[in-house]
Amino acid sequence: MIKLMNVSKEYDNGVKALSSINLEIHKGEFVFLVGSSGAGKSTLIKLLLKEEEPTDGSIYLKGMDITDVRDRRIPNIRRNIGVVFQDFRLLHNKTVYENVAFAMEILGTHPKEIRRRVPMILSMVDLSRKASHFPDQLSGGEHQRVSIARAIVNNPPVLIADEPTGNLDPETAWEIMKVLTDINNRGTTILMATHAKDIVDVMKKRVIAIENGVLVRDEEKGGYGREIQAH
Amino acid sequence: MRFRLIKNVIKQGFQGMWRNRGMGVASISSISAVLMILGVVLILILSINALVIDTQGKFDEIELFLYDDVTDEQLTAIEDMIRSKEGVLSILYKSKEQALDSYKEQWGDEGYLLDGLEEDNPLPNSYTIQLKDISFADIIVDEARTMDGVEKINYHKEVIDKLMVFANYIRIGGMIIIAALVSVSIFIISNTIKLTVSSRSREINIMKYVGATNGYIKGPFVIEGLLFGLIGSGLSIAVVYYGYGYFFDSVNENLYSLFTIMLVPPNVILTDLSIIFVAIGTGIGAIGSLVSMKRFLNV
Repeated sequence: MIKLMNVSKEYDNGVKALSSINLEIHKGEFVFLVGSSGAGKSTLIKLLLKEEEPTDGSIYLKGMDITDVRDRRIPNIRRNIGVVFQDFRLLHNKTVYENVAFAMEILGTHPKEIRRRVPMILSMVDLSRKASHFPDQLSGGEHQRVSIARAIVNNPPVLIADEPTGNLDPETAWEIMKVLTDINNRGTTILMATHAKDIVDVMKKRVIAIENGVLVRDEEKGGYGREIQAH
Repeated sequence: MRFRLIKNVIKQGFQGMWRNRGMGVASISSISAVLMILGVVLILILSINALVIDTQGKFDEIELFLYDDVTDEQLTAIEDMIRSKEGVLSILYKSKEQALDSYKEQWGDEGYLLDGLEEDNPLPNSYTIQLKDISFADIIVDEARTMDGVEKINYHKEVIDKLMVFANYIRIGGMIIIAALVSVSIFIISNTIKLTVSSRSREINIMKYVGATNGYIKGPFVIEGLLFGLIGSGLSIAVVYYGYGYFFDSVNENLYSLFTIMLVPPNVILTDLSIIFVAIGTGIGAIGSLVSMKRFLNV
């Protein structure tokens, strides 16, 4: 599903964020991306979202080379990847329902399809009762569930979550992990960058650790690891 | 699907305009202000053009004054020469007597003052040559000068030339003023719309991550700019048309006849004015909003 070959990234200011990363994530996998702040996790995600271009190496998504694509094609690539951020990024002047429907509208989906699909996704993340609420009326966990619903409503094969539990208390964080696991069980490939040691340790999923831009560990059913300082 | 996207974009454009109506007032007034000044410059240019054409029409003749002792052979030679030239519409011979008669006619009631001049008529015999256009005059004049019997030649090429040069200065000056104003107003519009864009930068950011195309993101803002431009141009068309109409009428009423010849009637320019205003107004609006979007699309 995602494949990185010898990918390096050096920013214009000379900072070397990633060096020679080789990585392959298969369809349906759940992968944790761990590493201390500034290790290169965010850069890796930006490369996958085509927010940044790699200095070296190749990136493949669904077997397609996305290393060098024209700006015009970037929207098409992004439609294959749902994104969830630590800070939720919801629109405050839209209700929960509208926030999710918005992601379908901008792709020109038929209104009938939107009316069918949005309630379905909302019930999947257990927010059916809050559909007409505005983000300000929701708790942190609910915020994140809306943003997950928005990320998966267009049915992307890959979901990238950048520290989705970073702003949540442990109990709510587990709620979110349950939702993500559900989504993963339905076949969506998930790549989650996180600092949450306890979650990684308990979930026993594949763990990829990056330190100083180098991939230092890639193990199935791994733990967070001692060498990394949690925040 | 395409159609639905376009419909979405247009709908959002209208919503955006309504939501930002406070900002819109600023955009619309700056577009209107530019167009009104443009209107004044345009009317000035058109009037001067009309004046030039009018003058060219009036001065499209040459008067050849002849010596009193001109012979019939000389007359035929002059006439043949003129007839052989291009651009000549008609030749009218006027004898001294005819010239005096036509003066008397022109003077009307005071014509009696000219009585008694028959004995020692100071007016010369003359040819009046009607040309298609004053540009044909030079060849005829140059040749006529060398011919026997021709005393003096009157034509107004210098006047026309000076007028044309003057008209050109006005045109060039007008264009420069307009170009400067248009760029200033694009700057104003882009800054105004930038405020609305930045207040929606969050939305734009999310749209980018969900995979919205740049066109889909830009579309509503461009439409918003277009609408501001359209309203601004509508306003200024009304102001310029009625304002100028009022001015035109009051000038006409006061019978400054010399002045009214120069002014173009308002109803003649309405169509052109509208087309130019709408084109420039919407152009400013659309370009202004595109300029303001640029920074926000680089995600």
